[in-house]
Amino acid sequence: MLQKEGKIRIPAGCAISGIFHKDGTRENGTRIIDSIRTMHDRSNGLGGGFAGYGIYPEYADYYAFHVFYDTPAAKEECEKELERHFDIVNLSKIPTRCHPRITDEPMIWRYFVTPLHVKLTSSQLDEREFVARFVIRINHTLDGAYIFSSGKNMGVFKASGFPEDVGEYYMLENYEAYSWTCHGRYPTNTPGWWGGAHPFALLDTTVVHNGEISSYDANRRFIEMFGYSCDLLTDTEVITYIVDYLGRKLGLTYPEIANVIAAPFWSTIEKQESAERERLTYLRNAFASLLFTGPFSILVGFEGGLMALNDRLKLRSMVVGEKDETVYIASEECAVRVIEPALDRIWAPRGGEPVIVRLNEGGNQ
Amino acid sequence: MAIDFLYPQYEVVRNYDRCIACRACERQCANEVHFYDPEFQKMMVDESKCVNCHRCVSLCPTRALKIVKTDHTFKENANWTGKAISEVYRQAGSGGVLLSSMGNPEPYPIYWDKILINASQVTNPSIDPLREPMETRTFLGKKPGKIERDENGNLIPNLSPQLELKVPVMFSAMSYGSISYNAHASLARAAVELGTYYNTGEGGLHQDFYQYGPHTIVQVASGRFGVHKDYLEAGAAIEIKMGQGAKPGIGGHLPGHKVGPDISKTRMIPEGTDAISPAPHHDIYSIEDLRQLVFSLKEATEYKKPVMVKIAAVHNVAAIASGVARSGADVICIDGYRGGTGAAPTRIRDNVGIPIELALAAVDQRLRDEGIRDQVSVVVGGSIRNSADLLKAIALGADACYIATSALLALGCHLCRSCQTGKCNWGIATQRPELVKRLNPDIGSQRLVNLVTAWDHELKEMMGGMGINSIEALRGNRLMLRGIGLTDRELNILGIKHAGE
Repeated sequence: MLQKEGKIRIPAGCAISGIFHKDGTRENGTRIIDSIRTMHDRSNGLGGGFAGYGIYPEYADYYAFHVFYDTPAAKEECEKELERHFDIVNLSKIPTRCHPRITDEPMIWRYFVTPLHVKLTSSQLDEREFVARFVIRINHTLDGAYIFSSGKNMGVFKASGFPEDVGEYYMLENYEAYSWTCHGRYPTNTPGWWGGAHPFALLDTTVVHNGEISSYDANRRFIEMFGYSCDLLTDTEVITYIVDYLGRKLGLTYPEIANVIAAPFWSTIEKQESAERERLTYLRNAFASLLFTGPFSILVGFEGGLMALNDRLKLRSMVVGEKDETVYIASEECAVRVIEPALDRIWAPRGGEPVIVRLNEGGNQ
Repeated sequence: MAIDFLYPQYEVVRNYDRCIACRACERQCANEVHFYDPEFQKMMVDESKCVNCHRCVSLCPTRALKIVKTDHTFKENANWTGKAISEVYRQAGSGGVLLSSMGNPEPYPIYWDKILINASQVTNPSIDPLREPMETRTFLGKKPGKIERDENGNLIPNLSPQLELKVPVMFSAMSYGSISYNAHASLARAAVELGTYYNTGEGGLHQDFYQYGPHTIVQVASGRFGVHKDYLEAGAAIEIKMGQGAKPGIGGHLPGHKVGPDISKTRMIPEGTDAISPAPHHDIYSIEDLRQLVFSLKEATEYKKPVMVKIAAVHNVAAIASGVARSGADVICIDGYRGGTGAAPTRIRDNVGIPIELALAAVDQRLRDEGIRDQVSVVVGGSIRNSADLLKAIALGADACYIATSALLALGCHLCRSCQTGKCNWGIATQRPELVKRLNPDIGSQRLVNLVTAWDHELKEMMGGMGINSIEALRGNRLMLRGIGLTDRELNILGIKHAGE
């Protein structure tokens, strides 16, 4: 019998695409779907998904939980847990449209929540840590319930299927975001589980990823020391947790995170002037177990910004295009050209060189 | 008395058609196996003295010699083997403890040989180390686990003292005394050239070798031989030796006849006296005492050097390692039961301790379960025989490996396991000047450099095959390993899957 995701590690090839409006302009999901559709052959119909930032302005101060349920019992159990820890200000099914190529759907619910004051105080945790621990615990222990999106004013929409079909299924034309990322998946050995699709998210950090990191188990066994539980056995999950750990928990900046996870080669570090050499050596040595090797191109979405990063050998294609205040990033140039033929500039970032874009008035860092 | 007669284990076979009676074998053999009979004008042997070290075989100009195992036998008995019977005779005759050298030779499982390595196919490209950078540089020492910034927001380098290794291999502790001056010189010079470290063992540091200090790990063992302020300050790191894989639970014994003027000076003991290291450190009867010694040494060296703690792999090694990690040690060194020795009681060498593969897997997992793996580096030895063992050790969770037996082999050792006699024909485990000079440190150090460089090449080749281009991404990457012919229990302890899974 084929084992479900999480029981077995499944490598995957993929397509990624992103649109970011530095001026904060929001657009609906139509163009991002068009972009990923162009790269149809980079997916195999076993997973697609989107992350949109700025989509819930009316609930901007509440954590938006998107949850898959396999059974009514799991839903009941999870909602009981939610009520114990959170004030739920709104809950609903996530609207979807019938789609011939999206089948076997679980129940998909959305909750806008804020931690109960008493619970939060007695936990002695900061709010984001409180929420992150809750999400990790539910996903690790509650069979049949899976919280796949948990940030504020943002959301992940994903399913088993081709990404353009997934976008239509979730009616993304009804959501307006200043930042969109999306992903089409090409796993090599899986029946296709909805939770295994990208983006992978924790709080407002989302990751879409194309590649296969050969350092996976070294990274996983390290990050699990810090309260993360890698239940899906996917690269994307471990990347998300590591970005969350380095950024939110340790306080590294995004460029510093890139210097850790796609650290320059020692030969490159040695060529730097002394202060920079010392800084890079420090980051590489102090966080050695968080280096990723093997091919990857990732888009890390976060509140107010987006980081694109390639592995240090650039073993996966990725291009960045700019037009006025909008930045486009995709696995292939065609996926950018199809939605913006007249670019001001287009280039392929070098391996290990992060491209970080933020809202003009400043993001969260 | 006839009852104690044991037929020699080896027979020296001489092809008299080839022998030219040049007497090279006679001159080469410190065991005095060969002698010339003027009456018959031919070379004769007393094979009872032969230790099978191959010195005569290697230097015979006409290739007239070979050593074979005798086919003389006791009546076959699966329980009372010839070895078991002979040992009873020897002890009945002498009343003494049986002594042996080098690592446990008994046919216990070798887990390295039951672990297979992964390679990339299709979904992930392999990397060619001849065309792309392939990094094996390793740092040992505590990692900070947090960042600090100055008033301008710049990162403050808050790392504890670290050891930088160009290759993830170091030369393990072998004291001056147990091995020769020239052997030490070879190791020290090779460590410098390789960008790694050698270890003084518990015999102090000869004045001539202070120049190699930046590539030296100075050891502090239970006898405290040769330990003084300059010694501590000379090294790049200090290692507290709590135990040794070949003889866990006991100390060491350098017989007085090996304690000549030089060794006496280096060890700071009178000439001709036995150098006996006690079984425990008599100032360490528990883990809190270890912490005091760790910090005493740090105080003495102004917190500028990492302190390593070496323990033998014993049954509850994981819990011990966890205690050591919390004692302020920067590096834990674990020595498996196959680790070598200059001399150990045979029963202890062959029966005490556990395989390094299992010990390493258990320790690494335990430190991770407790969330403290990053507070300490893990170095393993005993025995790492080749680059595949090295790679498997790192993938199981080691930061680096110690080698000693392999290093001695590179210097010419033929594993005759007779170090305790002090008559090493290869000039390694001896203090007799005429034997020591047989080992040329120029050649010796070059051979060590060759060996480790070759392993580094092979390591890179295998890493590239897995699509890994930096050693830190291999460390603890157990998904890259599969067991073959192992039970569920063994796989569980090793934390790996079976081949085909």
